[in-house]
Amino acid sequence: MPGQTALLLLLLLPFVGSIAAMLLRAHARTAAASLSGATSLAALFTTFSFYGDVKAGRVVHFAVPWLPAGGVDFALRMDGYAWMFCVMVTGIGFLVSLYARYYMSPQDPVPRFYAFLLAFMGSMLGVVLAGNLVVLVCFWELTSIASFLLIGYWHHNPAARDGARMALIVTASGGLCLLAGVVVLGHIVGSYDLDRVLAARDLIVSHDLYIPALILVLLGALTKSAQFPFHFWLPHAMTAPTPVSAYLHSAAMVKLGVFLLGRLWPVMAGTDAWIWIVGSAGLVTFVLGAYMAMFQQDLKGLLAYSTISHLGLITLLFGLNSALAFVAAVFHILNHATFKASLFMAVGIVDHETGTRDMRRLSGLYRFMPITATLATVAAAAMAGVPLLNGFLSKEMFFAEALEVEGPLPWLDRALPYIVTVAAMFSVTYSLRFIHGVFFGPAPTGLPRGPHEPPRWMRLPVDVLVLACVIVGIFPTQTIGPLLGAAVGSALGAAAPSYSLAVWHGFTVPLLMSATALAGGTVLFLVLRPRLARGQEGAPLLPSIDSRRVFDAVLVALSWRWARAVSRWIGTERLQPQLRWLVMAAIAAPLWPIYHVGFALRPPVAAAVDWPIAIAWLVGAGCAVAAAWQAKYHRLAALMFAGGAGLVACLTFVWFSAPDLALTQLMVEIVTTVLMLLGLRWLPKRLPRRWSWAAVRGAMPRRLRDLAIAAAAGTGLATVSYAAMTRPMSETMSRFFVERAYPDGGGTNVVNVILVDFRGFDTLGEITVLAVVAVAVYSLLRRFRPARESIEPPSPQRTQSGRAAADDALVPGFLMRGMFAAIAVFAFFLLFRGHNLPGGGFAAGIAMAIAFILQYMAGGTRWVEDRISLRPVRLMGIGLAIAAATGAGSWLFAHPFLTSHVAEWQLPLVGHVEFPSAFFFDIGVFLLVVGATALFLIALAHQSLRAHRADAEPADPADRRDDADVQPLAGDARL
Amino acid sequence: MNEVVVAIGIGVLAGSGVWLLLRPRTFQVAVGLSLLSYAVNVFIFVVGRLRVGAAPIVTAGGAADPAAYADPLPQALVLTAIVISFATTALLLVVLIAARGVTGTDHVDGGEPDR
Repeated sequence: MPGQTALLLLLLLPFVGSIAAMLLRAHARTAAASLSGATSLAALFTTFSFYGDVKAGRVVHFAVPWLPAGGVDFALRMDGYAWMFCVMVTGIGFLVSLYARYYMSPQDPVPRFYAFLLAFMGSMLGVVLAGNLVVLVCFWELTSIASFLLIGYWHHNPAARDGARMALIVTASGGLCLLAGVVVLGHIVGSYDLDRVLAARDLIVSHDLYIPALILVLLGALTKSAQFPFHFWLPHAMTAPTPVSAYLHSAAMVKLGVFLLGRLWPVMAGTDAWIWIVGSAGLVTFVLGAYMAMFQQDLKGLLAYSTISHLGLITLLFGLNSALAFVAAVFHILNHATFKASLFMAVGIVDHETGTRDMRRLSGLYRFMPITATLATVAAAAMAGVPLLNGFLSKEMFFAEALEVEGPLPWLDRALPYIVTVAAMFSVTYSLRFIHGVFFGPAPTGLPRGPHEPPRWMRLPVDVLVLACVIVGIFPTQTIGPLLGAAVGSALGAAAPSYSLAVWHGFTVPLLMSATALAGGTVLFLVLRPRLARGQEGAPLLPSIDSRRVFDAVLVALSWRWARAVSRWIGTERLQPQLRWLVMAAIAAPLWPIYHVGFALRPPVAAAVDWPIAIAWLVGAGCAVAAAWQAKYHRLAALMFAGGAGLVACLTFVWFSAPDLALTQLMVEIVTTVLMLLGLRWLPKRLPRRWSWAAVRGAMPRRLRDLAIAAAAGTGLATVSYAAMTRPMSETMSRFFVERAYPDGGGTNVVNVILVDFRGFDTLGEITVLAVVAVAVYSLLRRFRPARESIEPPSPQRTQSGRAAADDALVPGFLMRGMFAAIAVFAFFLLFRGHNLPGGGFAAGIAMAIAFILQYMAGGTRWVEDRISLRPVRLMGIGLAIAAATGAGSWLFAHPFLTSHVAEWQLPLVGHVEFPSAFFFDIGVFLLVVGATALFLIALAHQSLRAHRADAEPADPADRRDDADVQPLAGDARL
Repeated sequence: MNEVVVAIGIGVLAGSGVWLLLRPRTFQVAVGLSLLSYAVNVFIFVVGRLRVGAAPIVTAGGAADPAAYADPLPQALVLTAIVISFATTALLLVVLIAARGVTGTDHVDGGEPDR
């Protein structure tokens, strides 16, 4: 259906635009603004295309499975309520895009601003269009992140960073609560699907978990909409560029909280708990915000508190529990967005043209910018609730509802009309103060810039919005009526009340309240003027709790003081205790199942013993103990012993039918030994053993304890492995692998088929890890600083001249060079036969790397790098790309990732040939392993060269050299 | 009795590895980790039981009989484990020589203990 596609398009448009804006040059201001404007206009028209559906009351759905196992579809849903928000978000988004083009300075990286703005718009649309609660929460958190980036856009300003961080912490924590609440709701309803949730009112309200779900959801909504006691982040977010405030803090971000209240109103409201929490938060915020707004000196601060207050009004309406109050709330959401966005833009103009937003410095601007002043006056009048403007209409509805309320406390019901009238008086006062203080009175003195009217296009958005305020205020039924009707009708369904949008309802009590508020507000303004003129900061009569300081104190306590205390109590920076606890926990872990299930040892499967393997293990065990003994005193010996133990493991694999393992183990053994030998050079010299009774006696308790732990670990693992080996084999999924290896995987080597075919995705992950480790090793070594005493060449190189050393290595060097081709052939042999016989990409890759490293050993670094250019990082990249592309190739044939296919051909002379696609995957593995192994060895080998040079020249230039890859370096070093 | 031999071997390898893991010098820890990974790799492998002369290389054509071959699954697991433990050993080695360069000591805590 086209509607579904359009729905997806609507959501994707802003994100595509955001990515496109990121790609623009850093100062492409006009291009970015045009892109953003066009994108939001396109989104607006896409929204309009749904008008027919919305008007007819149809709901347009779009859904693709996302996490089907968790019951989460990526579902979008357009109804009248969402449609109204879409119009608001895209429409005001367009105006803000236009406005910001003129507001932002050419020095700012403007495309980045628009990229964030569009990403924010997309996230907003995601929230309002979400048809699944989990999708809603995801986009909800995305709006928090986008708002963080926008508020902190001028990141060189510490106040902006702090404001952004505070907004993020408060709203994103609220979002996490919302996620928890949504999970509870989903548990109650049995689905996250919004349609099913909206149809389950009785189930939700009567459920035991209703209260926790309600509290969690409300925490999300109230933090986002800056409701008391979470209101404090909004004034600090005013450090954002003004277009951001005009968008986020009037029409978009802060409206999400009330959007959610309205969205869930039909299924969660109507209970005492709802009235208590939502109603009281709204009432307190409404009054407190208006009161604080009167005493602000910063224009944006005034608007911020006024926004808080109006959001409180909307929240209060949602908390009143009547369908008519719902209508009033939705209406006021729209009205507030129009007049507040235009006021923010007007403040931006004032700030832009005069260089300050401080009301103590501004006055009498009317004579310099009469049009802007008129527009701002009209918008402020709408905010104050003057008749014939849109703010008046929704405020009248609000007053009417405040008179009708029937809450749990009768005295509060009676007091409410008086309280709200007083708060409305406050809002008249601060609106008056805003207009009078800025635009009227004597001409300003000492402004940073000479004020004048802004460019025409900068004022156009304000014109449009103020015009909307007036038209809606005079002809509400014809203009806003259908929009409101669609929104309310879709949200409330059959319960939608009938209401009248008329301007004149006769002489009613609400009208009296409006008149009282206007008159009282004017009087209050006159009374307060002297005090306000003194320019004091802060509101009187309120306990001077600096919410910001409280917030900071909480943050410091949580993230610093408590965290440190906890790490002091239970943490240690020393590795040995950490490892000791880890090992002891690992030893203790199997005791639990043994305690529960019991443990019985069976006799061995066969009484006979294979003497070769027994002798091998005698040697292996001896090697292991000797390695443990010598690792401190004689590292080389310890390395040899450890290698001996590894070879015995390898023999075990051979003897007990695991040729692939034996092969790989052998290759890895060789490389590991070379690697360790390379590393030995950088370790300090061991002092000769000093033997004293005191030292031995002092170390004895520690050693005995560690010996006991080691013995326990060894005994435990031996016992568990014996028990595992002697149990009869039960049915496992190995049956599937053996049976299907040839018919489905096209290979006879089952282990290899598992690796590259059945479990190919695991292998892809594993080689990625290998690549990551290799890059980590390489980057660690790029910053390597050897210890001072290790810088000198080792003693053999110092005593011999270079000539003599070359002579010594003549015969082995000759042999080793000749081995290259042989080993390379062997490696390819392993690779090609891997699918059917022991071999495969891992063993082949390491073998190939050994061929390279032998050349380094024979000829020295420089000799090799003059002759072959081995680029390990590139090899790894190509390998990973081949493996991933092999996997993705199956998409072309509409199969899932990494589905393999066996091609069968009849070739002349050769005959029947089977060629599995998994072979390409193995080639990818091969290349990556060659690259990673070579990178380990070469990066380590290069350190000797660098150390000499570091001796000769300052350290830093030496460091910067080999950037892109391991590059040929001067000097000659034997490995 | 092969089970007894291999089990004891695994035990000795693991015990030596754990002992070294708890020592204070970085090289000891590196060798210990590699001994421990031998032990664990062999352990995972033998969970598939000890079979002599039954390498999981099936004959082409048709479904093979699982009873005739050693268990391929632990082998596949260990094959990847071998490669990963190689990578971690390399990383550990580089970290320890880098740490030695920075701190001037090969003690695991980056400084000689006070005692």
